[in-house]
Amino acid sequence: MNKKNTTMPASVRQLLLLACALLPATAAAGPTGPTGQALAFTCAGCHGTDGSSVGPSMPAIAGMDPEVFVDAMRAYREDQRNPSIMNRIAKAYSDEQLEAMSWFFASQRLRVFPQEYDAALAARGVDLHQAYCEKCHENGGLPGDAGTLAGQWIPYLEFTMEDFLNGKRQWPRKMKRKVDAAIAEAGDQAIPALVNYYGSQSSTAATGATGATGVSADQEQ
Amino acid sequence: MTEMKRRTFLRAAGGAAALGTLGFPALVLGAARRVVVVGGGVGGCTAAKYLRKLDPSLAVTLIDPQAAYTSCFMSNEVLSGERTLESLTFGYDRLRAHGVQLVQDWAVGIDPDKQQVITQGGNRFDYDACVVSPGVDFKWEAIAGYDAQIANERIPHAWFAGPQTLLLRNQLQAMPEGGHVVIVAPLNPFKCPPGPYERASQIAMYCQHHKPRAKVTILDAKDAFSKQGLYMEGWRKLYGYGTDNSLIEWVSAAAGGAVEELDPDTRTLVGLVEDFQGDVVNIIPPQKAGKIAFAADLVEGDWCPVDKGTFESSRHPGIYVLGDASSAEKMPKSAYAANSQAKVAVAAIIARFRNQEPGDPTFVNTCYSIVGEDFGISVAAVYSLDSDTNTIEPIPGSGGVSPTNASPEIREREVSYAHSWFKNVINDMME
Ligand SMILES: Cc1cc2nc3c(=O)[nH]c(=O)nc-3n(C[C@H](O)[C@H](O)[C@H](O)COP(=O)(O)OP(=O)(O)OC[C@H]3O[C@@H](n4cnc5c(N)ncnc54)[C@H](O)[C@@H]3O)c2cc1C
Repeated sequence: MNKKNTTMPASVRQLLLLACALLPATAAAGPTGPTGQALAFTCAGCHGTDGSSVGPSMPAIAGMDPEVFVDAMRAYREDQRNPSIMNRIAKAYSDEQLEAMSWFFASQRLRVFPQEYDAALAARGVDLHQAYCEKCHENGGLPGDAGTLAGQWIPYLEFTMEDFLNGKRQWPRKMKRKVDAAIAEAGDQAIPALVNYYGSQSSTAATGATGATGVSADQEQ
Repeated sequence: MTEMKRRTFLRAAGGAAALGTLGFPALVLGAARRVVVVGGGVGGCTAAKYLRKLDPSLAVTLIDPQAAYTSCFMSNEVLSGERTLESLTFGYDRLRAHGVQLVQDWAVGIDPDKQQVITQGGNRFDYDACVVSPGVDFKWEAIAGYDAQIANERIPHAWFAGPQTLLLRNQLQAMPEGGHVVIVAPLNPFKCPPGPYERASQIAMYCQHHKPRAKVTILDAKDAFSKQGLYMEGWRKLYGYGTDNSLIEWVSAAAGGAVEELDPDTRTLVGLVEDFQGDVVNIIPPQKAGKIAFAADLVEGDWCPVDKGTFESSRHPGIYVLGDASSAEKMPKSAYAANSQAKVAVAAIIARFRNQEPGDPTFVNTCYSIVGEDFGISVAAVYSLDSDTNTIEPIPGSGGVSPTNASPEIREREVSYAHSWFKNVINDMME
């Protein structure tokens, strides 16, 4: 399943990730305190070993872009997201620690797991994704500069979209306009279609993805 | 490398290292380092898996009398009928795939001088480091008239998931309409501080559906308990707590809840103030470290003292005690705690083998409780070591319990988080 994804540009981010993946885990951490690896290992009880979650309402965080990770954790720390256990946990970590953890997860291979989805909705979702989401969530929403969507668990995606739509989570720049447009086109079906599309990719995509080397999911379907 | 190839490679590497036939790095220094893990529960499985994950040259042997692990966590859902015992049972084959050697036996002794674990089957296993995670045993003497046999046959504790969980479930089903369930909760510290109250909730949930006129009484040896405010909020919303028709009643120690004696024939519990009689009685006795901890001289009082930076026994170097059996204040005796501690111990063991200093430890605990349909609550903490006092301290300003009076949507989500947590913790232990 591992194939070089030639469509993904070799950005500075990926070079950094590659460098980090080759360093011993200790090098990613600050001078004192637990290493990034030690800090990240404690997340596995909820996010799965090395960040590949098998629990449907917990997001996979393996292969996640370090900046996206740190931004998310800061938002939780500052109670800017719908209160879950994550808000209480995030408050324990300094910026440096979050950064150390972010590099650890970024260098992990994302493993995704098959899940049930509605094929008709997923088919509708492909078009909506192409029209409204692909620009930011590139390659069908594989790990990248925006949050991972491809192969993410459907219940988790549903919770997240509920939070955006109910004003319990701040929209990233441009996202609200795009989602509004998708809803204008497909009505009540828009969100379920997108969510089912992303969820559907677990059976076909992403089993070899890793942000670290730019190796990405097998996109052939 | 694909997952399959990697697995095969690891297995080959582990096998070869154990047999000492190929030039793997460990063999340059001599034979492969051997770690023997006693107890295939949360702490033991996590340690075995992560030892092999972080250093495939290690020869790791896990000793447990069972062929599969049945998790206590989520076993209260068997009582409400929400899940089966099979859904909590996971074969150790998963660990074999990581190159862990499995031995189905009881450990009955540890010789710290010869560095050997001795099993009931009469075998001795040499170790360079030993991990001990046997969970808890019961202090039967605490309640007169209660013993292991009565627990197995008539009045289950069901604090190990297995036949007693099913016995308790069957007793609830056979209970007359309008029956009385009595749960006896132990003194601190014990395995799963919120567990007895989740159990009362899950039994109330069962009764609400099948025996709405029944009643659940918790007789407590304490005056306060974990997540008390949230539990009571849930009980008020779901089970009429505080009204005359409440499905659940909680009797604190001060109010006469501390129980001293059981008459098993009449299922009567003798308290300081009054007696209580139940149609179904579930006694969770006070606890201490598992038997092997006593046999191996790892205890002081009821629990095993450890260096909290490494979880190495402060009584016998080279032996690492994890999970419920260790005294790991201020972490609770929970699955998440055992999982977190195992990784700290693994890092310390590997550092020791490499003649390095152990790194700074970090710990997390999260614990979900399902109070009723669509009503989940949680507690979380992130800890760091205070090496001056050898205590594991919660990081100020972080952690804590779910918000009080949260929206129904948050409570509902916490139930799904609880179930996802279960899958991920099992996965991280052995998959
Ligand atoms: C009803 C209930 C609900 C719970 N819910 C939660 C929850 O929601 N969240 C949470 O975090 N925790 C929960 N827990 C607590 C959790 O189950 C324990 O804290 C956790 O299992 C501790 O792990 P451990 O490795 O110390 O011991 P265990 O997981 O108990 O494993 C001990 C293992 O050692 C083996 N063993 C014992 N003696 C020997 C010997 N001499 N030789 C060889 N093997 C031996 C046993 O067979 C067993 O497999 C719950 C517990 C109960 C009872």
